Formats: sequence, structure tokens, C-alpha cells
Amino acid sequence: MFVSIVSYGLALGAVYALIGITYNVMFAASRVFSFTAGTVGMLGGVFGALFIDRLGMPVALGFLLTLAAGAGLGIITEILTVRPVLKSLEQHLYVLSTLAFALILQQLTAIEWSTEPQPFPRLLPFGPGLFDQQFWLPLLACALTIVGLEWLYRRTLVGRAFLAISEDNYAARALGLPEQRLRIASYALAGVIGTLAGFTGGEMMLAYFGNGPLLNFYGFVPVALGGMGSNRGAVAGGLALGLFQQTANFLVGGIFASVAIFVVFIIVLLVRPEGFAGSAPARRV
Amino acid sequence: MNDSATLPLAVAPKRKLGGLEALVPTALLAAVGALLPWLGDSYLGVIATRACIYWVLVSGLNLVVGFAGQIAIGWVALLTLGAYVTSVLTAGTVLPEISAYLALLIAAAVGAVFGVIIGLPALRLRTFYFAMTTLGFATIVTQVALAWKSVTGGGVGVPGPVLAWPFASPWGFYYFCLGLAVLCTWMTSNIAASRFGRSLVAIRDAEVAAEAVGISKPALLVTVFLFSGAVAAIAGGLFASLQSYITPDAFTFDLSVLFFIAILIGGRGSILGPLLGTIILTALPEFAAPLVAWSTFLYAVLLLVIVLAVPGGIADLLDFKNRRPLERHREIRPRPELLAQILPPPAQPSHIKLANLSLSFGGVRAIDAVDLEIRTGEVHGLIGPNGSGKTTTLNVISGYYVPQQGQVRLNEEMLSPRPASARASRRIARTFQTPRLVGAASVLENVMIGATTAGRASFVESLLALPRQRRDEEQAYDAAMAALTAVGLDQLAFVRADRLQHSELRFVEIARALVLRPYFLLLDEPAAGLSVDEIKRLGTLIVTISRQGTGVLLVEHHADLIFDICDRVTVLNLGKVLASGTPAEIRGHREVINAYLGA
Repeated sequence: MFVSIVSYGLALGAVYALIGITYNVMFAASRVFSFTAGTVGMLGGVFGALFIDRLGMPVALGFLLTLAAGAGLGIITEILTVRPVLKSLEQHLYVLSTLAFALILQQLTAIEWSTEPQPFPRLLPFGPGLFDQQFWLPLLACALTIVGLEWLYRRTLVGRAFLAISEDNYAARALGLPEQRLRIASYALAGVIGTLAGFTGGEMMLAYFGNGPLLNFYGFVPVALGGMGSNRGAVAGGLALGLFQQTANFLVGGIFASVAIFVVFIIVLLVRPEGFAGSAPARRV
Repeated sequence: MNDSATLPLAVAPKRKLGGLEALVPTALLAAVGALLPWLGDSYLGVIATRACIYWVLVSGLNLVVGFAGQIAIGWVALLTLGAYVTSVLTAGTVLPEISAYLALLIAAAVGAVFGVIIGLPALRLRTFYFAMTTLGFATIVTQVALAWKSVTGGGVGVPGPVLAWPFASPWGFYYFCLGLAVLCTWMTSNIAASRFGRSLVAIRDAEVAAEAVGISKPALLVTVFLFSGAVAAIAGGLFASLQSYITPDAFTFDLSVLFFIAILIGGRGSILGPLLGTIILTALPEFAAPLVAWSTFLYAVLLLVIVLAVPGGIADLLDFKNRRPLERHREIRPRPELLAQILPPPAQPSHIKLANLSLSFGGVRAIDAVDLEIRTGEVHGLIGPNGSGKTTTLNVISGYYVPQQGQVRLNEEMLSPRPASARASRRIARTFQTPRLVGAASVLENVMIGATTAGRASFVESLLALPRQRRDEEQAYDAAMAALTAVGLDQLAFVRADRLQHSELRFVEIARALVLRPYFLLLDEPAAGLSVDEIKRLGTLIVTISRQGTGVLLVEHHADLIFDICDRVTVLNLGKVLASGTPAEIRGHREVINAYLGA
């Protein structure tokens, strides 16, 4: 039982962490939190089931197509819902436009796919057991994403350009960086990470349109608590959240687990609105 | 007595406040609603009842979302709460059975409390965070309803309340809901036309300026959450009665989306718009049966279109008044002679004294051991190169920054460093380097925001438009009109502020500050972007203000203006006081010439 709590909790936590990173990648490029983070996560599962189960594609092709679809959705998110409202960031219109787009995607999924959870295909030919792929796949995806992002941000020129626009986008533009193209690329990358989360966690969470809001919330908790923009905070927070949720699930039942998470979330934010790792903005007027 | 006393105060036509225009939504709803049963269509009756119930909730939420600008997307949580409280109390399964009317009142009280609990994070958290917490609440409440079987019946549900005579029949119930909807329309229209409504909009669009005129965001938001929670819970009780049987499934997130989007489609800061939005969104899927499955999808598309194409919503489309072109070559002609009627007669002389004030941002010492004294009846110039700490000094005086060292004293009494909203009641007013106004409100409303602290009527009195509220409005109107006339903008009083030119906005800010009848007025670069003529008129205006007994602190870059009108000048450089004295002394000061004025 202990092993199953840990493996299930860590796997779920890895999915939350990846959604948290999705939020972060979009935030870094545009100072915008997008409600589509959880939605592309949900679509990762749905697309996987659609391509592999329903259309009978090979696993590798289905996987690649899912990620490509994620990248495409990321780009549409940027063009349709973020770019038009970036000029007036202080009006927070992005909250509404990304919420609208997330709802559109979610409703389309409900209508065109199914309102019931659908099974997700088994990806690799190993039997079930303790080291079932549904437990280690999300963890592997999470680890690869973190290593990949670190490598991208620290070692490549494009990655440094990403960091530059997230640090100070005026200065970056003055240096001649193509801010808009980098932002689109960031959103595409975020889409890939989001669908990767949903795809690798698909067997566990099933292909279900209702996963969208859930992933939105549980993916945001580690970001908010860890301090926005911090990927390491998101991973640590996500894994801790997954473990906590599973433990509470087994010990006291799912509803009290959700209530507990929610209460902790609110209290921590009220005490430290900038999260554990963040710092409060100094200037206001 | 001088001549000015005999001059007419308000040149622009005097309009009756909170008059007919504010009553339009209420009258419209009452008239159309009352006639509906004559059609004799009972299916239509159910839809209309549902629209009324939704509107009871949306009218309250409108104050939160449309006026205060708080993105509360999970308000269905309060509908759920109200529905269960009313149903459980009338079913008598847990406590002795009580009448549905009493249960509705209890639900309102519970809803008010939970409205505050759900809303509380808005006081601390950024927009997106708050949106997330309300969303979380919506999920939790449904889950609790599902799990707490002994009370809520879990997935099986509970029967909804049945209203006793005379509202037991379907049309009777409809009239009850319509009555409440009309009442809510009337009350929220009253709030919209009161200082509370203006303050909420100021918090939404110009939060920093709202603090400067003495609006306390926490107190105001808590009040609005109480009201909004109470009406939402009542709507929940009625909803349960209409459904006749409720399960957690009835309270989907789609409902939250409907409420929220109705407001945005209607337009922020409007009553009529969201009312129409609610009716349209409730009725639309009913009249096109194939659309039912697609309704939330359509709402979402509508939301996206509205946000991107018509951020002002229906209310903006209906705003014909502000499409009339304005006169092209306008001149601001202040009438300083009218100031005698606005500003209080010189009280006993007083002063604000800064002693040894220091503040660093990170490693930058923004101000370093600054001493400064502002006396009533004088214009005190504060000059220096960019980044020398002028605005920071001003921000410390007005309570936005807490100094790390030193004090601000008002006549020997220490001014507590925070909050900024406490300065207005000490009669310290200010303007901002970039004008901070509510673009969507009229010039007059913007200036009336300055009269917030002068208002005496409570929130409840404003809800019900009691006499004290009407007196407040008349006084605020007169004061704002007088101030606008004095700065020379009375002709533009009823124009939306975002249609004005930059120079005019600067004078609107001064008018707003004058409505506070300040003893001290802090002006942050009021001449920036003004023409030579306008600067001259501004100078005369400032001098006259100070001669009425008000102490003026003038942060400026126009050296001519400073040396023309200041009684004393302080020069800052790199956060330190470089020199202080009369204009003549400063003009000849060698270091000042080197650091700032140039040869």
C-alpha cells in the first residue's frame, strides 16, 4: 500500500509539475498566466487516445502528432488570446481571453470526443506491476523536460534569448531580439510540455475532458506556492502535492484531501502572496 | 468680500443626479416583467423565472466583477450554498422544519459570510490568483455537497423549498422572483450612482489614485462581498425551488461561466448591460434547441469576441452620448477667482515636516537623509535631476512608501507611514506624474471621487437611496462642479475622461484633489506636456491655491515656473538635499547650477 501511494503520488505529482512548467514557460515569455495550461494537458491524453486507439496509428507517430498538436495549440493561444491584449497588460484582459479559449477547447472536446472518460492505450509492451509504465512515464517525462529546459536556457543562444525577454523584454527588444518570434516559440514549447504531461499521464488520468480544470488548478498550486517562474519550485511543489494528495486519499478520503489542499493553498498565499521562493515587487507608484 | 462670491458657480447645466437615467433598467425590467404573464405561455414563464433568479445573483456579482474589476469566476459556489441551506432547512431533515421565507433569509446571512470568505483573497492576491481561488471554491463546494450525505443527501439530493401562499403557484413564484430582481436592479443602480459605485470603479481602473482620495479597498470590497454573497445565496434558494429537486450535478461550472460572461457581454460598470446579457444568455439556448449542447461553447466564443473586439460590451454600444464629436480647439481657462468658494478659509498655520528621511530600493538609495518643510499658504518647489528622489519623497509623504529611517510629521504629530488611504482625511491631496483617472467614467464622476471621504451615508443608506445619500450626492456634485469650473473644464464635465487631451487630464487631477479641500496639495510634475500658455495659467492657479491657505509641494522640471511662483525651493541630487532656500538664493547657488540648472 505504501509503495502504491508513493508511486501513484509521484506520478500524479510529475504531471502537476509539468503543467506547472507549462504555466511558467508561457509566463516567462509574456508575463501572462494562461488558463490553457491545464487544457492542453487534458488534450494530451485525448489526442493520444484519439490517434493511437481510435485511428490505430503506431505509438511513436501518435506521440509525435500529439506533441505537434500541442505546439500548434500553443501558437494559436499566443496569436489569438495573448498578443491582442499584451498592450494593456494592466487591465488583465488575458485572464478572460485565455479562459475563453480554454473553455472553447474544453467544450469542443466534450462535444466531439466524449463527456465520459475514455481509456488511454497501453504504450509499451510490459505487463502491469509495480514498475508499471503509467507510474514511471510521467516521472521520466518530467525529468527529461527539466534537463532539457536547463540545457536550453543555459547552453544555447536561443535559450539565453528566452531568458533575456523574460528578464526585461524592452531591453531585449532594444538589443534586436525578435521578441515576437521568441514568444511564439515559447508558447509552442509550452504546448509541447503540456501535451507531454497529458500523454504520459494518460493511462492514469484517462482521456477525459473534465481533466482540464483539474489540471489547471493542481498545476497552478505548485507554481503559486513555489514562486512563479521557478521551474524547480514547480517540480518540488508538484511532487509534494501529488504525494500529499494520494496519502490523504488513502487515509481520509478524496474530498478531504481536496479541501485540505485548497485550504493550505489559500492560507499560504494569504500569508505569502509571492510564494515561498518569490519576492514582492518593490515599486508601485 | 471679493467679486467672486457673486459669480455663478456651475456654468454647465445642472442635472438631477441619480435621476431618470439610473432608473431605466429598473423600470424596463418591472414593466416588461409584469406584462409577461399576459402571454399565458407557461414555458416562457419558467425561462423568465430562471432569468430573474440568475439576475438576482448577477446583479450582486456585477458589483464585484463589473464595478470593482475582481475576476470572480466561481460564483456558482454561492448559488450552491444558498440552494442547499434553503432546501435543507425547509426539508427539516437536520433541524426542525422552517418556512421557506425564513430559510431564504438565513441563506442570505450564510451567503454573506461565505461571500466574504471567497472574496477575501482578492485583497491580497493578484488577478489570476484570485480567479483560481474562486474556481477552487466552486469545485470544493460541489464535492462537499456530494460527500456530506447526512445533510445534503449526497448524489441523491434533496427536495427544493416550496414557497407558501401567496407565491405558491408558478406565476406567483415568478412574480416573487421578478420582484426580487427588480429590487436588486434598483439597489445596485443606487450603488452605481453613489460614492461607493464610483469608488469601486476607481479601485478597478485607478487603484493608486483611489487610495490617494481616501478610498479604503479592504473595507469597501468586504462590504460588496457581503452584499453579493447574500443575494447570490437567495438566488440559490430560489433556484432550488424552481428545480424542485437538487443534486450536486445541477451546479455545473457552466453556470459560473454564464454569470460571469453575462456581465462582460453587458459591459463593465453598467447595470443595464449585464441585465440584458443575463436575459440573452438565459433565453438563447432555450429558443434554439439544437444549441443546448453548444451553449457553453457559444458563451466562450462570445467572451473571446467581446474581450478582443468590444471590451466595453453592450453598454458601450448603447453609449450614444459619447459619440458626439468634441470641439476641436479647446482651451483650458481656469478661473482662480472661484477658488475662494472651494478651499477652506486659512485655518491656523500648519506644516508638514520631513526629518532625516531615507529609503533604499535594493541597493539604490532613492532618498538619503532628506529634510523638508511644507507650510500652509506657501508654494514649495522640489527640483532636481531625474532620479534624484523627488517623486519618492512625495510618495513617502502620501503614504505609499514606508521610509526606512526618519519621520513625516504633521504639526509635531507623527504621521503613520501607511496606509495611503489615511492621508485624505488629514486633508493631504496629490496628483500623479502620469494622470491616474478612470477613463470609462465621465470627467465629473472622476472629480466626484475626490468627495469620497466627505460622504456621510452608509452603504445600506446608498442601497436604498435614503435622504442622507441624496444629500451626499448633491454636495459631491456641487463641489466637483465648482472645482471643475475653477480649473476651467466645466464644459467637459459630462464627457468620458478617456476622450480628453493629456493637458486636460492634468487639470482634472487637480480638480479631483481640490474637492478634498486640502490643507496640503502635492503636485507631481503638473506642467509636463502643457503648452506655454497653459503653464502660465497653471502657475496662476497654483499661486491662488496657496494664497487661500493651502500648502503646495510642487515637483517640476520647468525651472521658469518654479522660480516664478515658488516661495521656497529645495533641490535634490542623488537622493540628498543639495540646497534649500528662496528662489533667488537657489538661482545663484553654484552647486545647483553645476548639478542641475546649467550655466
